[in-house]
Amino acid sequence: MAQKTEISQELFTKAVVDKDEREHIARPNLTAFQDGWLRLKKNKAAVVSLAILVVIILLAVFGPIFSKYTFYDTDYLHTYNGPSATHLFGTDQFGRDQWARIWQGTRISLLIAVAAAFIDLFIGVTFGAVSALFGGKVDAVMQRIIEILVGIPQLIIVILLMMVMPAGIWTIVVALSITGWVNMARLVRAQILKLKNQEFVLAARVLGTGNREIILKHLIPNTVGVIVINAMFTIPSAIFTEAFLSFIGIGLAEPQASLGVLINNGYQVLQNFPFLLIFPAVVIVLIMVCFSILGDGLRDALDPRMRQ
Amino acid sequence: MFKYICKRIVYLLITLLIIVTTTFFLMKQLPGTPFDAERFNLLSAAQQAQFLEKYGLNDPVIVQYGKYIGNVFRGDFGTSFFYTGQPVSGVIMGRIGPSALIGLQAILIGLSVGLILGIIAAWRHNSGIDYFTMVVAVLGVSVPNFVAAALLQYYVGLKWGVLPVAFWQSWKSSILPSVALSFGVTAMIARFMRTEMLDVLEQDYIVTARAKGLNQFKVLMRHAVRNSIIPVVTILGPIVVNLLTGSLAVENIYSIPGIGSLFVDSIKTNDYSTIMGITIFYSAFYIFVVMVVDILYSVIDPRIRLASGGKGE
Amino acid sequence: MSKLLEVENLNVHIKTQHGIVQAVRGVSFSLEKGETLAIVGESGSGKSITVKGVMGLLPSNGKIAEGSVHLEGKDLASLSEHEMQKIRGCDISMIFQDPMTSLNPTMTVGKQIMEVLHEHHHELTKEQLKQKALEQIKLVGLSNPETRFGQYPHQLSGGMRQRVVIAIALACSPKVLIADEPTTSLDVTIQAQILDLMKDLQGKIDTSIIIITHNLGVVANIANRVAVMYGGKLVETGSVRDLFYHTAHPYTKGLLASIPKLHENEQQLFSIPGTPPDLMDPPKGCPFAARCPHTMKVCQEFMPEYTHLSDTHCAACWLLDSRAQQEAAKEGENHV
Repeated sequence: MAQKTEISQELFTKAVVDKDEREHIARPNLTAFQDGWLRLKKNKAAVVSLAILVVIILLAVFGPIFSKYTFYDTDYLHTYNGPSATHLFGTDQFGRDQWARIWQGTRISLLIAVAAAFIDLFIGVTFGAVSALFGGKVDAVMQRIIEILVGIPQLIIVILLMMVMPAGIWTIVVALSITGWVNMARLVRAQILKLKNQEFVLAARVLGTGNREIILKHLIPNTVGVIVINAMFTIPSAIFTEAFLSFIGIGLAEPQASLGVLINNGYQVLQNFPFLLIFPAVVIVLIMVCFSILGDGLRDALDPRMRQ
Repeated sequence: MFKYICKRIVYLLITLLIIVTTTFFLMKQLPGTPFDAERFNLLSAAQQAQFLEKYGLNDPVIVQYGKYIGNVFRGDFGTSFFYTGQPVSGVIMGRIGPSALIGLQAILIGLSVGLILGIIAAWRHNSGIDYFTMVVAVLGVSVPNFVAAALLQYYVGLKWGVLPVAFWQSWKSSILPSVALSFGVTAMIARFMRTEMLDVLEQDYIVTARAKGLNQFKVLMRHAVRNSIIPVVTILGPIVVNLLTGSLAVENIYSIPGIGSLFVDSIKTNDYSTIMGITIFYSAFYIFVVMVVDILYSVIDPRIRLASGGKGE
Repeated sequence: MSKLLEVENLNVHIKTQHGIVQAVRGVSFSLEKGETLAIVGESGSGKSITVKGVMGLLPSNGKIAEGSVHLEGKDLASLSEHEMQKIRGCDISMIFQDPMTSLNPTMTVGKQIMEVLHEHHHELTKEQLKQKALEQIKLVGLSNPETRFGQYPHQLSGGMRQRVVIAIALACSPKVLIADEPTTSLDVTIQAQILDLMKDLQGKIDTSIIIITHNLGVVANIANRVAVMYGGKLVETGSVRDLFYHTAHPYTKGLLASIPKLHENEQQLFSIPGTPPDLMDPPKGCPFAARCPHTMKVCQEFMPEYTHLSDTHCAACWLLDSRAQQEAAKEGENHV
């Protein structure tokens, strides 16, 4: 019993135990958002995606400004030039600088997507929240409307609308939003209904918290995550739809540039000048990949079930 | 169960009616008559009148609408303006074959590759194959299928010359378009199956199965896969949408005489009656698939099967 | 008496994102034939992980870092996964806490029982398997075995499901049955039935039971011996009598004191203040030191060794050391 001899008699006196230390919680107290942000930062793929997106957005905003060429200037002496120092991404059949066109196109595609996502968000959140908060007959009627709307294949309606309305950026935005908000409305409604019946909200009610405060302090903070995540998935799908419409020839028209227009253009001459398809395709794929990884990362980071 | 199916059918009919109505009035918004103005003006006044009379375009809109609805529910979508004189329904029927073939092949490829990838990825969570699956899943939904189709056509078809790149000649012509279409399906299924399996593998009954002394393979196949494969049925709806969308572009790229290319062509030629016909056909198909999937799901999952059947059973 | 199961110095580590959790730290106990041992402790004390370690059913991020588990002389901790599969469900089997989730929802009750029988008795025909499964359903006291056989778990109540879980666990007449909080998620009235069933079946098929619980009522009802766990360590073991009437460890005393008593007029329920230690960074001394009402300086610095109070009873606490008793005596004099 070697150990026993090391332990002196005077150790056997009463020790002072810090009362607070007993209740000490080992991990720091974080709000859902701080916690979510910390978790997102740990997700390397999401951080890289975020960084790439920021670079793409910066290029889309400032790229056209700092280029010597505009996206519509033609130069018939230099058509179908391959990538070079003067034309980083080459030139198209009219000698237009592809670098300027691609970032202009990215700008337009992003603008359409973000605008459509915001309108979806606005209509969807309002519809979903009203439906969930009012409940009863209002909810029943609104739910029937949703049930019918989800049955309609969105793309078909978008195509029809595109044919009827004059071609242009805002037409695409309107067409996308008319059908796009339904999903957001369903998610928001489901989330609020779930929260309404959860114990912490019931507890708040029992404690006499008013409706306003419950909505502000409990329902909104706990619904933001769902909204943000869904918006993150709306943006790439809007970019995709725009590109698709332009590709089949009913989206934006030349000389306007969007990623879809550029891809369509490149596809026409794919056999001889593949770079005209590859560059815009790489940009659109990068945007889609980054948004979906970031969206996944956000979902994991904000999902309270994942908090440990 | 019976009540549920009836309810679904009523919804299906209401949704279809709304789609037909929307389509009809949207088409009516288009300027002028559905005929090419220049060609139409070449006709004499009497001929014009005869034409308008023949297609019932002189009636008030509401009467036209009533007639159209009636005809649609009898399966008559009117006459194609472009394929002069041919009934739209006939034109559509003639185009179903190729579309159905590449669609089914794409689903088969996507389902088999997607399920295998998803299962292995979840089983070997955080392994190389798991990361590979996630990359496939992200790329599959991120690369627009028309880009994938164009690149496949260029590299596999033209550069390497392995497979026919266009025109509908033999079964071989259907391989590249089917593969191009299958990427999205593979990605969706792999991703869904992986998530579902990871969730199931966390369940207590998996531990129970292991506690019985079953080996990993049996635990995986009998307990994990069985329980996670059932919900895969629910994403068949989105998959069909993906295929419909994809087919519009892919059929065009590979010049396949299917419904997708017919739709795009009719948009380009302003063949309104065909556009309306295909819109209604696509919508009906989609709504029908979603309904069948929902009913199928409640039939194959014993938990739902009995829950909706009530205590009477 | 022969030792059926002997666990020695078991250490289990669980890897998490934040670091390694030392969930079980040097636990040793043994189980004799026909005996029922209860492992008691609050959530997070490592009792579930201990038995999962014994079963070889640790989660994929957990592993036995040290120690041995001998079943009739064979070290289970060193067996391959394949060899362990032959033992699980046959020699050792397990009942889980929540019968609502521990049965496969898409497989009929009968198939789930037949599955374990088939796994360990390949020689049986389908008909024989079915007969055995029906017997098993009868054995656990379910009525209409034929009907139950074809039903899915969600068609049964919680108590009935737990009977099915027991039927599965006992189908191959295991030598050791491990029950992880088998009654916690059941209604109080059903709890007693399930415990009675377990006692009854223990007699019929001659199995030894390890039952995990935090309910001392369950312990008094079913167990012969008790092991109390705290902070990943065993702090006191002994017969039920030893534990209830000669309680040695302050934590055990706290547990006993926190049972509500009907006949006493106390205004407040007793609770042990504080929270259990973080096993990512376990205290170097006694894990209970931070919450113990009698903490001494030594407790915070050194882990106490086991003091044998009788043949069956031992506890790990510095208060049982002679020097602590001298100090207590001095203290007493000073007060006088």
